Amino acid sequence: MSARSTLRALPTLLRVGTSEAVAYRAEMVVWFLSTTMPFISMALWTAVARYSPVGRYDSQDFVRYFLATFSVRQITGSWVAWQMNYEVRQGTLAMRLLRPISPLWSYAAENLGYMPLRLVMVLPIVLFSVVQLGAGSLPRTAWGWLFFFLALLGGWLITFLANVAIGTLSLYIESSSRLMDVWFALFLVCSGYLYPVELFPPALKGLLDWLPFRYQIGLPVELMTNAHGLGEALSLLARQWAWVSVLLVVSLLSWKRGLKRFAAYGG
Amino acid sequence: MLRRYLRLMGVRLRASSLLAMQYRADFIVDGIISVFWMITALVPLFVVFQNAGRDIEGWSFGESLLVIGWFTLLQGVLEGAINPSLTGVVEHIRKGTLDFVLLKPADAQFLVSTERFLPWRATNAVAALAIFGYAFHLLGRGPSLVGLGISFVLLGTSVLLLYSLWILTVCAAFYVVKVDNLGYFFTSLFDAARWPAPVFRGALSFVFTFIIPLGVMTTFPAEAMLGRLPWSSLGWAILGSCLFAFVSRRLWKRAIGRYTSASS
Repeated sequence: MSARSTLRALPTLLRVGTSEAVAYRAEMVVWFLSTTMPFISMALWTAVARYSPVGRYDSQDFVRYFLATFSVRQITGSWVAWQMNYEVRQGTLAMRLLRPISPLWSYAAENLGYMPLRLVMVLPIVLFSVVQLGAGSLPRTAWGWLFFFLALLGGWLITFLANVAIGTLSLYIESSSRLMDVWFALFLVCSGYLYPVELFPPALKGLLDWLPFRYQIGLPVELMTNAHGLGEALSLLARQWAWVSVLLVVSLLSWKRGLKRFAAYGG
Repeated sequence: MLRRYLRLMGVRLRASSLLAMQYRADFIVDGIISVFWMITALVPLFVVFQNAGRDIEGWSFGESLLVIGWFTLLQGVLEGAINPSLTGVVEHIRKGTLDFVLLKPADAQFLVSTERFLPWRATNAVAALAIFGYAFHLLGRGPSLVGLGISFVLLGTSVLLLYSLWILTVCAAFYVVKVDNLGYFFTSLFDAARWPAPVFRGALSFVFTFIIPLGVMTTFPAEAMLGRLPWSSLGWAILGSCLFAFVSRRLWKRAIGRYTSASS
């Protein structure tokens, strides 16, 4: 499969993803509702910060943080591991392999195709945050915007590639969904999704800087809410993209090797 | 009639246990994962209280641990007894095999609700007991005896509430076609139950008291153990859970009545 024809097929694949999202819009709404955890965290932390601020966060900062968290989660979401797991079990992965384009590209395009519909849900929330809490809800500087979009892309890539890496394990062990559950639990606690990473005890926070999770949600959110200066943002961004490249290599290797074992049972 | 259903229940429980024992490696892995889940469930509590350094809305650390204990216990019930069977219904609807269930000479709701159990989830009950023990150790006193009695009654109402809410979610599966997310939706909502109800104010407090009564499920029993639950609340909990059960039963009947199998 040449790179050129992959590139030519990409717009079509994106369109397929978008129309799928529109077709299953009820499911989208359900998913949207099931990611309301940031609002619960928001209620909790504003209660904690009602009398005195926590660290550098007062009630308003928490509202801003969790609105940003909610938005970033919508944009960086990926569910490929579950999809792969299902398709391997049902044998329908064979159909994907028959197409003259790598399934990884089609998975990625399907994921990204959902973006327009998600933006429809996210933009009102970002707008609300800006109107209610002022311009601090969005990056203030030009480099801030650039870094924010880079972090957003990096966050999505980490989520997607980790999904691929774990999803391909289902080619070895029949069901990788349990491993995905473990990853997901770690993600919830360590990514800054439940609370800003800063609020962890210092020793634990140092560890989190080296794990991929906080770069999925935490970093884009922090950059969106102007938490870092230029130098710090740069070093964090470097770590994020280091994780992107590590996961890229791991997922591609495990995909190539796993594919040889695929036997299409049931299909 | 009742004896027949009890026997049926026994048969299905045994079948599930045998199935679980058959895959021993899975059994152990699942056990480890379930312990891991419980630990991650405790982390947020520590982070919150470490940063607050005081009571939150009148709940001390030890008291909040009681709420987490109830959360853990109910999570075990939800994921061990309710979730697996009812995820099965969703699959039945999608594949059209619900027809076979409907043809069987027993109540369909009973059949789908007892289809599968995950016995290793009993670890949650053990963990809950440990959490209760540690919480009362921190509080420096034991639970009141009357309170314990009441909390047992409340355990019943909470399980009934959870089950009814799940049935309502499943009824939605008859109308929404692609439903993989429904289970996930419910679990993530249930997550709010780990915090004492007074934390939530305004609209959220209304939702969690009347529409999705999470506060009733975990905060009420914890308060009962502390011996400070008013009797009227007990009454409301019983009344409310019966109402939820009634409504969910009616809706299930309606959904089944309108169900046209996937193949026709």
